[in-house]
Amino acid sequence: MVEKRRWLDVLSYAVVIAGIVVIAFPVYLALIASTHTAEAVEAAPMSLIPGDLLIDNYRKVLFEGGDIGSRAPVGRMMLVSLTMAVGIAVGKIIISLLSAFAIVYFRFPLKHFFFWMIFITLMLPVEVRITPTYEVMSDLGLLNTFPGLIMPLIASATATFLFRQFFMTVPDELAEAARIDGAGPMRFFFTILVPLSVTNIAAMFVIQFIYGWNQYLWPLLITTSEDMYPIVIGIKRMIGGGDAANEWNLIMATAILAMIPPAIIVLLMQRWFIKGLVETEK
Amino acid sequence: MASIEFQDVRKSYGTNQVVHGITLTVANGEFVVLVGPSGCGKSTLLRMVAGLEEISSGTIRIGDRVVNDLEPKDRDCAMVFQNYALYPHMSVYENMAYGLKIRKLAKAEIDRRVNEAATILELDGLLARKPRQLSGGQRQRVAMGRAIVREPAAFLFDEPLSNLDAKLRVQTRLEIQKLHRRLRTTSLYVTHDQVEAMTLAERMIVMNAGRAEQVGTPDDVYSRPATTFVASFIGSPPMNLFEGRTSADGRTFTAKDGVQIALPDAVPALAGRELVMGLRPEHMQPGGRGLEMRVETVEVLGAEHLIHGIVAGNDIIVRTGPQDHPAPGSMLALGFTARAVHWFDATTRQRIDA
Repeated sequence: MVEKRRWLDVLSYAVVIAGIVVIAFPVYLALIASTHTAEAVEAAPMSLIPGDLLIDNYRKVLFEGGDIGSRAPVGRMMLVSLTMAVGIAVGKIIISLLSAFAIVYFRFPLKHFFFWMIFITLMLPVEVRITPTYEVMSDLGLLNTFPGLIMPLIASATATFLFRQFFMTVPDELAEAARIDGAGPMRFFFTILVPLSVTNIAAMFVIQFIYGWNQYLWPLLITTSEDMYPIVIGIKRMIGGGDAANEWNLIMATAILAMIPPAIIVLLMQRWFIKGLVETEK
Repeated sequence: MASIEFQDVRKSYGTNQVVHGITLTVANGEFVVLVGPSGCGKSTLLRMVAGLEEISSGTIRIGDRVVNDLEPKDRDCAMVFQNYALYPHMSVYENMAYGLKIRKLAKAEIDRRVNEAATILELDGLLARKPRQLSGGQRQRVAMGRAIVREPAAFLFDEPLSNLDAKLRVQTRLEIQKLHRRLRTTSLYVTHDQVEAMTLAERMIVMNAGRAEQVGTPDDVYSRPATTFVASFIGSPPMNLFEGRTSADGRTFTAKDGVQIALPDAVPALAGRELVMGLRPEHMQPGGRGLEMRVETVEVLGAEHLIHGIVAGNDIIVRTGPQDHPAPGSMLALGFTARAVHWFDATTRQRIDA
């Protein structure tokens, strides 16, 4: 719209600011709470000015853990979360790239059947198959292990579908030129298809990293020992049940820490894949 | 370098046969153009040589090897695609070197070949660029370079000029010609553009609906078309064709709707037959007493005029010098010599030499 009316400008700014406040205020509150003592956070109303325990609180959660509920250090949790998120993202990308490659570039019996099987699993979220999956993982003795955390979440119809769509836009002549140049299928895959997919891989990595980082239900089932808790579970476990007073300052610090890695990934990769979007030409 | 030999090569998709038995030998070092309208099977034939399409029956030999069951990489052919198919993420150098690296050539040898090709194709300053930083003509040259560095037994060109603008196409056509004269590599070139075919070919194959209608030098194909299809496909504007019957004395030709065309010389051998008579636009000249045409429009091309008109319900084109400019709607008498007439059988559509 190119309308120029002052009150309209004011109104749109008001809406934008309201939106930002609604989203940003809780984060701000968490940040402030993480700099006070537990008692100061409990007090009503809580102070909206930063306290002086920023470093102390974060050092305590990162390396020592809370005193109530879960006592695992958050540093360990973040390492678990990071391993899980990276594992899921990388695993998903590898599996999806390969399966999309098979579906688009090869002719084999029941190809369409397999494609539709993959497609149909799009409709089945983790929660639906969680009980049988737990059974399988438990039989394999993978409870409380990284493979147990990561493997069931790797299969991804969404990513396979995305890469399939991308591969279909790559001109057939590219594959033919590579064949004539003497490249076998895997060589074509690694030296041509994967480099061309960099943009999509970056986008997929961001999405899947955040997906992996935010997993709650599956880790809740499969991990029972504190040193295998991802941070998302850790936050929940730090909130003690019953009447116990919670160390809200430490919980908030943990929450803030949980937000940082996904934010970093988005910021880093954003530069990457925008660059890719601008430069890629098929 | 090697010859390419087709022995009754056929291609079908299910029950749909698209190439109906091509037999042909492309001699070592020869430049042969496959020309025909879209869907005539010319690209399919080329792709069968490259190994990108299976050969349904018959054999293709490159040199003395039957290549039917060989992988594309083992056929020692290099191909230039219509859309060039350059690897977008690789530099010009890498694009050209890719095939050589896979073949495990020494670095120095790769370097030598790429630089040599770049010099021939005037790509010297562009080796570090990516394909997207090049113009259409430059991309085309990189595609050619990728073929040259391989030093293959044969070059296969699949309409390599159709993505270029008219001016560049003419220029690149000449460059391909020069290149061939220099390298003398056996070349098979597919195009739907008959001008391209005429100018590039040492021999050409005119294809229609999966069959080779005629194989010959451009000169041969133009002056002695083997069928009515070749007659109307080769030449721009195309040959004028009249369906009809010769009189019993062989002195006149009566076209379908009764229009009489006086023949300069009697053709007693063809008297009283159902025939197709063909006349090239440049062989019909105003004046003379052959036939009369109602003028529709005149296309002024500078050096020549194309006079469009109607004779016996057929659209006719006459090519004249710039001095002739008849008014639309007027009648124009046209003459021709006996030597200019092409005769074809009305049912078999084959050429008859009177």
